[in-house]
Amino acid sequence: MTYLQNIGAYFLMIAEMFRKPTKWSVMRTLILKDIDDLIIGSLGIIAFISFFVGGVITIQTALNIDNPLIPGYLVGFATRQSIILEFAPTFTSIIMAGKVGSFITSSIGTMRVTEQIDALEVMGINSLNYLVFPKTIALMLYPFAIAIGMFLGILGGMAACVFGGYSTLQDYITGIQTDFETFHVAYAFIKTFVFAIILATVPSFYGYYMKGGALEVGKASTTAFVWTSVVIILLNYLLTDMLLG
Amino acid sequence: MIEVKDLHKSFGDAHILKGISTTFEKGKTNLIIGQSGSGKTVFLKCLLGLFNYEEGSIAYDGKIFSKLSEDEKRNIRAEIGMVFQGSALFDSMTIEENVMFPLRMFTKMAKSEMQDRADFVLKRVNLDDAHKKMPSEASGGMQKRVAIARAIVNKPKYLFCDEPNSGLDPKTSMVIDNLIQEITDEYQITTVINSHDMNSVMEIGEKIVFLKNGYKEWEGSNENIFKTDNKAVTNFVYSSELFKKVRKMYLEEDQ
Repeated sequence: MTYLQNIGAYFLMIAEMFRKPTKWSVMRTLILKDIDDLIIGSLGIIAFISFFVGGVITIQTALNIDNPLIPGYLVGFATRQSIILEFAPTFTSIIMAGKVGSFITSSIGTMRVTEQIDALEVMGINSLNYLVFPKTIALMLYPFAIAIGMFLGILGGMAACVFGGYSTLQDYITGIQTDFETFHVAYAFIKTFVFAIILATVPSFYGYYMKGGALEVGKASTTAFVWTSVVIILLNYLLTDMLLG
Repeated sequence: MIEVKDLHKSFGDAHILKGISTTFEKGKTNLIIGQSGSGKTVFLKCLLGLFNYEEGSIAYDGKIFSKLSEDEKRNIRAEIGMVFQGSALFDSMTIEENVMFPLRMFTKMAKSEMQDRADFVLKRVNLDDAHKKMPSEASGGMQKRVAIARAIVNKPKYLFCDEPNSGLDPKTSMVIDNLIQEITDEYQITTVINSHDMNSVMEIGEKIVFLKNGYKEWEGSNENIFKTDNKAVTNFVYSSELFKKVRKMYLEEDQ
């Protein structure tokens, strides 16, 4: 019953977020600040993880296909497919649920605990529009961060492949060009776009409606991470089935 | 002026406010007092529109809040200044940005005008040199003064303060009390303060509403609270030896 109530409250929150919009001059500043906090601030970790996981995927693939009948370019092909289809959009989003999600929940939750949200409401400001809307808009740039992740993942794979001696550069490049389907990139970006909305709104929901003190802020951050991950995984399954199945 | 008539508020089965009626006059510091759990905070949050209530009415200068359209409610809210118990300053903004916030949200002032107004109110609360500090760098008393500056920057008609002295030393408390009273008098604001600080009652309680178990038990001024025979009030007021002596002094003066 609580789950159903939470789902209902979540969608009501989304609807409320679009009511009584904040003055554009203020909203613009908030969006730019959130782009800096949520997107620019995450580029480093996305780049780091993507590059090295790309390398690991390449090494694992190369070590597991040592049959001479399997062409050498398959390493590049498998790395590209793994990174574009799943690693960059889905697993980076799970990592972002931890980084961005807990930041959103704890910052909004702390504002709740310290009555800053009440202060906004008393002034007649729609606090959901003021707090959640700019984060949602800022995260619309998340697919760009994922595009960087895709590029660096494939680059990391190439580096591991060449410097580790698992395959030749020529084979790797042939592999990443083999049977390339542009729809796979579109599919990845559609997923990323949906995950961006989830990354902005689910942690905001847990931060905004939390009750209690500092301890509860920590609990809310953990709960937000768990549910953001669960929703991303479920939507990943549904979207994959719908778009590729 | 704020008029409250027969206000009832419940949370589930718990009936918190039980038919409160009173009037808070313009240009006066009105205090809501009572023990913890008496319904003071719920009453204040109903006055602020943060809680809906089941019965009764609250009228701001004759306009019954619950009957207003959303736009009219927003206009009233823009005329309200609030000082929260924990100051509720936006911790991502500097002190100056906090004070300018209501102006940015509700006025079309140029940045220089906003700056001038912020300078003026910060000077008014004796914070001339704290503009660029973050709230976390300010002391409790400074944070309260910033909260007052933010509350009055947009020239509100109504000022609400929730326990403005909590966590402050007696001297700083007196400074805050005097500041609130001066501002109320100077700008002719309707000020409502939620407090259980008897020093505030003595200093600035021009009108006092005493709540007990969700009922309005007594109302009067800081002069007659020491003379009343109401048992609930005397139990609350004279819980300390100091105020027992004050009462004795008042009664001796009368004789």
